[in-house]
Amino acid sequence: MSTEPLIRWDWIPDHWDDIREATFEHLQLTGSSVAIGFVIAMAMAVISIRWRFLYAPLAAVSGALYAIPSLALFALLVPFTGLGYRSAQIALVSYTLLILLRNIVAGIDGVPQSVKDAADGMGYEPWRRFIAVDLRLATPTIVGGLRIATVTIIGLVTVAALVGSGGYGTFIDDGLSRDFPTPIVVGAGLSIAMAVVFDVLFVLLQRILTPWTRVQTAQEA
Amino acid sequence: MLQEALDYLTDADSWWGRNGLVNLLWNHVRLSVFTVVVAVVATIPPALWFGHRRRGGDVAVTIVNLSRAVPTFAIIALVFPFSLRYGFGLGFWPTFVALFFLALPPIFVNVYLGVSEIDRDVVEAARAMGMREREVLLDVELPAAMPLIATGVRISAVQVVATTTLGALVGFRCLGSPILQGLSTRDYGKVIVAATIVAVLSLLTEAFFALLARRLTPWARSDVAAARVQTSGAGAGSEFAV
Amino acid sequence: MSGQAAIRLVGLTKQYPGADRPAVDHLDLEMPAGEIVALVGPSGCGKTTTLKMLNRLIEPTSGTIEIDGRPVNELPVHELRRGIGYVIQHTGLFPHKTVGANIGTVPRLLGWDKDRIRGRVDELGELVGLEPEMLRRYPGALSGGQQQRVGVARALAADPPILLMDEPYSAVDPIVRARLQDELLDLQRNVHKTIVLVTHDVDEAIKLGDRVVILNVGGRLEQVAPPAELLASPASDFVADFLGEDRGLKRLALLSVSEIVPGDGPIAEVGDGAEIARAAMDEHHVDWFGVCRNERMLGWLWRHELNGTVTDTDVRPFRSVVRPTNTLRTALDGIVNSSTNVAIVEDEGGRYRGMVRIEEISEGMRA
Repeated sequence: MSTEPLIRWDWIPDHWDDIREATFEHLQLTGSSVAIGFVIAMAMAVISIRWRFLYAPLAAVSGALYAIPSLALFALLVPFTGLGYRSAQIALVSYTLLILLRNIVAGIDGVPQSVKDAADGMGYEPWRRFIAVDLRLATPTIVGGLRIATVTIIGLVTVAALVGSGGYGTFIDDGLSRDFPTPIVVGAGLSIAMAVVFDVLFVLLQRILTPWTRVQTAQEA
Repeated sequence: MLQEALDYLTDADSWWGRNGLVNLLWNHVRLSVFTVVVAVVATIPPALWFGHRRRGGDVAVTIVNLSRAVPTFAIIALVFPFSLRYGFGLGFWPTFVALFFLALPPIFVNVYLGVSEIDRDVVEAARAMGMREREVLLDVELPAAMPLIATGVRISAVQVVATTTLGALVGFRCLGSPILQGLSTRDYGKVIVAATIVAVLSLLTEAFFALLARRLTPWARSDVAAARVQTSGAGAGSEFAV
Repeated sequence: MSGQAAIRLVGLTKQYPGADRPAVDHLDLEMPAGEIVALVGPSGCGKTTTLKMLNRLIEPTSGTIEIDGRPVNELPVHELRRGIGYVIQHTGLFPHKTVGANIGTVPRLLGWDKDRIRGRVDELGELVGLEPEMLRRYPGALSGGQQQRVGVARALAADPPILLMDEPYSAVDPIVRARLQDELLDLQRNVHKTIVLVTHDVDEAIKLGDRVVILNVGGRLEQVAPPAELLASPASDFVADFLGEDRGLKRLALLSVSEIVPGDGPIAEVGDGAEIARAAMDEHHVDWFGVCRNERMLGWLWRHELNGTVTDTDVRPFRSVVRPTNTLRTALDGIVNSSTNVAIVEDEGGRYRGMVRIEEISEGMRA
């Protein structure tokens, strides 16, 4: 080990196919978890806004799920849903809930009451106002939540490899078990790179979806 | 399967001895507490200073974003080969170093925000009443930032307790060890018991710090502090810096 | 520093780096002990900068500030500040300390013992009108007006001879503001501090200031004068503009009825003959007259209601009756609202002293 370099560059072209497959798995697991999590969180947010007293318990439950260590949650699911994709996905979805729920509710709460009143005054039906005004104006905060959730999940997917769901974590696990640093560095590096890429993509998406926020900052400056 | 868990629970061998749950729990808690204490001692003074000078906001935001992008598993895995190379061995040290880097960002960012976002009028009033800089910092800024400082330490502590579990991967004997063993030998009773203990430990940590924060800051409603974090420059980031 | 303190600014200048002109430009100013000096002007006139140089929150580029003849930079800055109370718009109360602890801050810094601090806090709470149980609450639980009272109490805690106030009332609603202003004037009658007040509200400056300092953009001094003098003779067009179109009305609010000489008016005593009443009306060119008995004004009658001897039956009370301490503005308001176009002046004992018409008010303002 003492003579082993941190990274052997020739390892990468030799494992090109593995890397491509792991990238696909990592993306798939991240994308599906965030998407499912978003649907559930949105439903929870709508319920929380309609029946305010339900927000605290819903937030507490998602908070408790969030606090459970990832390895423990993955492991707890394995006896019931088996090693692999499904256990990983259930755990990952549960981690997105707190972030997304908080951001959706905070975003909608942040819409000025005067704007909501004006929309009501112009004759929007309640559901239509919710979609066209409340959700639309909450977009920056909601996209911000998706950004944090996605980047967080990309990191957690590496841990999910321990329960056999594939992704970059497989390289890290492999490197650890063989005392061989190269796959660890490659797996960690790729995971970080993917997180950074998505971070930037979400910032861009946020700009495209919310042109009005740029106008405001221009005026403030 | 629950029967297996029950059997494991009621077997005295599961609890006692070098690899028993009691000893593993003790190791787990000991490393977590040690790490959080070291992180608090190492982080709070510079964060206070940056916050007091109201400089370094960009640094804080960068730290949050970076720490979110770097997976904890990767930190532990990356520290491991170095630890072996430089003679720190398996187990305690690679896990500690990884946890330490993990524990820093939430504390740094929340202390920094807590101090730098205190109403400027409050700090000016303190100086105008004749407080010296040290008194401004210790008598006004530090206590006024306490809700966010408590939040930062809580987030850090919960993450550390959770992530210590992964130390088992690099040979640290903690509550993660029976989980990994159980997964590889399909001894699911063991997995369920150990994972449940870790989950409960995390929730207790969260609850402990939430109560502590409430005791320390009777003047601040916790939702006010949370709202401040949400709307602050680093976005909701400081709350969710994993 | 104890007792009273006068402040003197000589050639005070503040030039911020990168700014094309000074924020305060060679300002010379005397602030006599025990007076309220109001600094007023548009934004950018350097009034807040000037104030903050007094307790050295901002250091001047050149010039000197003396308190009772001693330059302010002779003392260590924290000692200087402990002797100067400071009240600001958003109060700057410490959110993590109870109201009582907030008020006791400077005594604690000065090392007073606990009992003395507690006694002083209770005393100040009473002085600014806070319920005793409020002292145990946190500032977050108080209304804006209450917070502002706590701010004043905190500034007065160590009984400093000087009080600096930076826009203290601009964050509270107009009704509360008026009440807090009145409270400050009441308080000042007891404590006789040298108060330097910064405001953008010229009415507040006129109401509170013993003298008003008008500053123009770039920290140029336009005029220093007591409010009445300022309103009577503004030194420049800028000052006149700044005082506003209703400058005359503002001045009326500062002058009291005692400062003018009321006219005698068309009056007759109960029991006088009709010809006396008619002569009084003719002399004053009006068609009504006031009915008196034993120096008391009973009311008034139209000329056509006069029927033989003057009696008190069917007299109408005058709508506007003022006393010497009332302002001329009150008198004028009465005049324009009454059908007789006069305000009756009575002394403190209710005895008739004369009538005021617009002419007498104009006369008084010219004097």
